[in-house]
Parts: sequence; C-alpha cells; structure tokens
Amino acid sequence: MITTIVNFLQRAIVQGIPLLYGSCGEIITEKSGNLNLGIPGIMYVGAVSGVIGAFFNERIAGDKLNPFFAVLVPLLCSLLGSLLMSLIYGFLTVTLRSNQNVAGLALTTFGVGVGNFFGGSLATLYGEGGALSLKRTSDFFKTALPFASKLGDFGKLFFSYGFLAYLAVIVAIVAAIILRKTRVGLNLRAVGESPATADAAGINVNRYKYLAICIGGMIAGLGGLYFIMDYTCGVWSNGGFGDRGWLAIALVIFAIWKPDMAALGSALFGGLYVVYIFIPNLSRSSQELFKMLPYLATIVVLIATSMRKKREHQPPQSLGLAYFREDR
Amino acid sequence: MHIIKRAAMPSWKAWLIRLAAILLSLIVSGLFVMFVTKLNPISVYIEMWKGAFGSSRKIWNTAQGTAILLCISLAVTPAFKMRFWNIGAEGQVMAGCIGTAAVMILFGNKLPTFWLMVCMVAASVASGIIWALIPAIFKANWNTNETLFTLMMNYVAIQIASYLSTVWENPAGSAHIGVINMNTGKGWFPAIFGHEQTINILIVAVLTAVMFVYLKYSKHGYEIAVVGESENTARYVGMNVKKVILRTMALSGAICGIAGLIIVAGKDHSLSTTSAGGQGFTAIMVSWLAKFNPLMMILTSLLIVFLERGAGAIATSFRINDSIADIVTGIILFFIIGCEFFVNYKIVFGNKGAKQ
Repeated sequence: MITTIVNFLQRAIVQGIPLLYGSCGEIITEKSGNLNLGIPGIMYVGAVSGVIGAFFNERIAGDKLNPFFAVLVPLLCSLLGSLLMSLIYGFLTVTLRSNQNVAGLALTTFGVGVGNFFGGSLATLYGEGGALSLKRTSDFFKTALPFASKLGDFGKLFFSYGFLAYLAVIVAIVAAIILRKTRVGLNLRAVGESPATADAAGINVNRYKYLAICIGGMIAGLGGLYFIMDYTCGVWSNGGFGDRGWLAIALVIFAIWKPDMAALGSALFGGLYVVYIFIPNLSRSSQELFKMLPYLATIVVLIATSMRKKREHQPPQSLGLAYFREDR
Repeated sequence: MHIIKRAAMPSWKAWLIRLAAILLSLIVSGLFVMFVTKLNPISVYIEMWKGAFGSSRKIWNTAQGTAILLCISLAVTPAFKMRFWNIGAEGQVMAGCIGTAAVMILFGNKLPTFWLMVCMVAASVASGIIWALIPAIFKANWNTNETLFTLMMNYVAIQIASYLSTVWENPAGSAHIGVINMNTGKGWFPAIFGHEQTINILIVAVLTAVMFVYLKYSKHGYEIAVVGESENTARYVGMNVKKVILRTMALSGAICGIAGLIIVAGKDHSLSTTSAGGQGFTAIMVSWLAKFNPLMMILTSLLIVFLERGAGAIATSFRINDSIADIVTGIILFFIIGCEFFVNYKIVFGNKGAKQ
C-alpha cells in the first residue's frame, strides 16, 4: 500500500515538474500585465533546442561524453531558444502593442511547428525507427542523488529526481520571494496592475515587461527541456509534449498567481493527470473521463475565485492590455 | 524619436499596409523554405500553388477547407467584437461534432433521413450553444475570466470525444470510431452537382452573408459594437449588457455547432479528438486579421488554408516534415499582427510630433 502511494506521489511530482516550470514562467509574465498564450509554443521550442544541442554535442563528443558539457550545452541551447521566442512575443506585444491573445496564439502555432519540424526532421534523418534517442545525455540529466536508493520509500519520494526537478522548486520559491518581498517584485506588480501609475512613479514599464516576458519564457522553456531529457529519457516524438503547455497556463489560475502555490499545485495537477493509472479496475473509457480532472479542477478554482472577489486572488488588473503612455 | 497615435487612417491605406506585410511575410517564409529545401523561392511558390489549386479535386478541397475555417471564424467574430475573448471555439466545434456524431450513431438506422437531418442540426447547434453559454453565464454574472474558462472547456470537450471514441469504438479495441454508417451513408450530407463539398460551401456562403448583415445593419449588431467599445456606455444608454453577452455567446456557440455538423456530416463522417484540428484557434486569428469583417474573412481564411495546403504539398513532394506548414503560418501571422502598429501609430523623428 505504502509503496503504491509513494509510487503515485512520485509520478505525480514527475508529471508536475514541466507544469511547474511553465506556470512559474507564465506567472512572472502575467505579473507584468502580459497574458502569454505562447507558453505552450515556447515550451516546445525549449524542448527542441535542448534536443538539437544535445544531439550535436553527442555527435561531436563521440564516445567520450563529458558530463559537464552534456548538461550545459542542452541547457544553454534550451534557454537561448526560449529567449528568442520570448523576444518575438515581447517585440509584438510591448514594442508594437499588438493584441496579446492573437500574438500568443500565433506564437504557439509557430513554436509547436518549430518543435515538431526540427525534432521530427532530426528523428527521420538520424533516428532509429522514426524516433530520436539521446539516452546518453539524458542519463546525466536523470542522475539522482547517490544515497536515494539506500533510503527506501523516503529516498524514492524525495531524492530520486534529476537536478532539473529540484531547480524547478528552487525557481518557484525564489520567484515567490522576489515578487513578494523585493522592490523589483513590487515594481513588476505595479506594472501589471497599473502601468500608467508605475510609469508616473518613474518605473520603466517597457523594460520591466520585456524582462518579465524573457525571464518567464526561459523558465517555461526549461519545462520542455525537463520533459525531454528527464521524463521521456531523451526520446523525441512529435506531439509527445501534448497539451501540457495549456495545463501550465491553467495552473497559473489554480495557484492564484503565486509561484509557491504553483509548486504545490503542480504536484496536485500531476496527480490528477496520472490518477487513472492508480485506480484499480477502471475501464478504458472511464480512464478518459478521469483525464478531464485537471481541467475541471481549474474551472472550479476559476469560478470560486471570481465569486469570492478577494482582492489578492484576482488577475493583475491590466492583464491583456497593451500600454501606451499617451493613451488617456 | 517618438511614437504618436494616428488619427483614423483611410481604410484603403490601412489595407495597403496589411498587403505589404503579407508580401513581406511571404518573402521571409519563402526564404525559410528555400533554406530548408535548397530550392529557389519561385519554384517554392509554384509548388505551393500547385498543392492548393493544382487539380480540380484540390480546388474543391481547398474551397471546403476555407469554408469550414470561415464558418468557425464567423462564429468567434460577434463575441470578439464585444471584446469577449472566446478562445473556446475549438471546444464548441468539438461539442457540435459530438452532438452530430451521437445522433448519427444512435438514430442512424431508426429515423427517416429527413428527421435524422433535423435531429442532427438540432443536436449540433444545441451542444455548441451549451458549451458556449457555460462560460458566458459565469462571465455575465461574476465576471469570471472568459479567456481561461473557454480554454479549459476545450480540453473537457476533447476528453469527452476521447471517452466516446472508446465507447463507440469500431472495430472493437481500436479506440477509434471509424467511418459512421459506412454502408448505409445515413446522416451523410448528399452530394450536389456531383461534389460532396458543394453543400458545405453553400451553407457557409449563406452564413457569411447573414452574419455580414447581422453585424452591420441589425440592432443586435449595433449593441455588440457598443458593448465592445465600452461597457459603461452601453449600460448608460440602457442596454442590458448581461443579455447581450449571453445572446452573443449563444450565437457564437450555435455557429460553432454548425461547423461541427459540417465537419462530421459533410466531411469526415467520423468523430475523433482531432475533429476540430486546432481550427478553433486559427479562426481567432482569421477573424482578427479581417478586422471582424465577414467578407474580408473569406480572403483571410483562404490565405491561411492556402498556406497550410501549399506548405503541406511542399512537405510531401520534398519529403520534409509537414510541420513546416505551422512554421510558415506562424511567420505570416507575426507580420500581419505586427503591421497593425503602423496602422495605429506613427513614428516621429525629432521634435515634429510635439507641436501638434
């Protein structure tokens, strides 16, 4: 019984990590007043850039794969890829003040296309049987703490993950502290709530928006990297990432725009995502119904927060609106 | 250097800017395709043209694809004009598909053809309306964020389709529904003039005309425009904003339902989780690109469908991954989205702007 529960929790957390990265990035972005619906696309690009980096690194390194570079190269490639995507979104919505919903959706179309195109092409050109495997790189990403296996269930639950999983939690906590306790966080929230006020107070609105979009996008991209390098053990398959990007956006609402809540929420969402595996005697059709749970949970939270109208549970006030100083 | 807002630009000038953006984006995406395929850009475009319009069958399929995308775009338009960010068209179309397929499967052999069709229309429209009204009710009463709510409803609808795919699977164990009423053809739209696409195109053509008149000349259309411009103004002049929101979303849902009907009864004769195929999202961009004008949407949806089919043809003939279509669409959308800036603002160098 205990083993089943530990197994369940462990799988929930593993499922939750990409969501945590995605939602953490989206929270930071939304706090600046930009609703980035391009996050699913950015996560795809984050994943595929890591794959490209790892692929060439493995080829160049040959048999002697240096652990340090095997991790560093995909990581940097992934960050660079998501940074470029974020810059496209930032340029469109901040500099050119276009509609955020449309720009975000276009970015997702583009990003998913880029991911599947380059991932799929690499797989057909160099993969075996239509799938590209980067297991050697993945092994370094998955390296768990050495004493994890000695601690039984406890070790499995807390120490059995690759370093990106711990990084996700650290990023969430740091983001929460920055948003809540520092001047930078206060300024960022001001930009998201009322850019005109922030502008009058001498805050550079555009710079904050760009920074939030880029940093948020890069964090979200790491979610894609984690998914490929850790969850799927370095195997790219087209469309494998599925709708996790949208689920990450859902998690933002669930976590009422708090990164630390997102850390808890991601495990819960991950649990809802896999719970059907652990309920005995489910027919195949009811499994499909169970997969609805994360979305239903989000809808419930969305309704509940809007009905209670607590000030601190609302989205940033200017979310979705472009800022133009001379608009009155 | 600084940026000032333009006074209203003459619309021919605005469309000229948009046209320039489309041309520029075609050049950039052509360069991208050239880089990938090592072909010269001219033959890339010829290849794309052939892929979309190369034979009479291709022309019919492109026209049908345009009609379906146009139908969904028409559906999202009234809500968007009202600034109700319904990104749930995908789910509402799925609901319409599910309603149609359910009637075809459950009553296919029990009802005479006429009543079967009536039930299919009623079921698809009703499911679309229900799916659209749920978020609208919460928006109207509690101001629940509609963008995120409708987004979630998409996935609930897709999961329901996935559930039904296992309930009605055929053959057993495949988790796919397969072609419904394959032998009897019950509930399939009839072929007109020898083409089964004709009726789909006709339905959408009528809808387009009706929607154009509705938005431009009816009282409802005017109310939608006022609520979209300013809810407070609408309230001040005595409009019932709640009622307008609910009515408009119901209309959106109903047309999405019809799109689902066309997809299942007129095109696929089947139901799967990809029946809507992401077109609910694409439609948002089609509608927005056309500035919510139904007649312009004919062109913008044709553009998007042309790109998808053309890029798909390139992918097949040069054996490259067909996701290249998404990349090309993305690039072109970026340009068109970005060019609105030059319609709405102008950049002034030096001090000239300050004098105004």
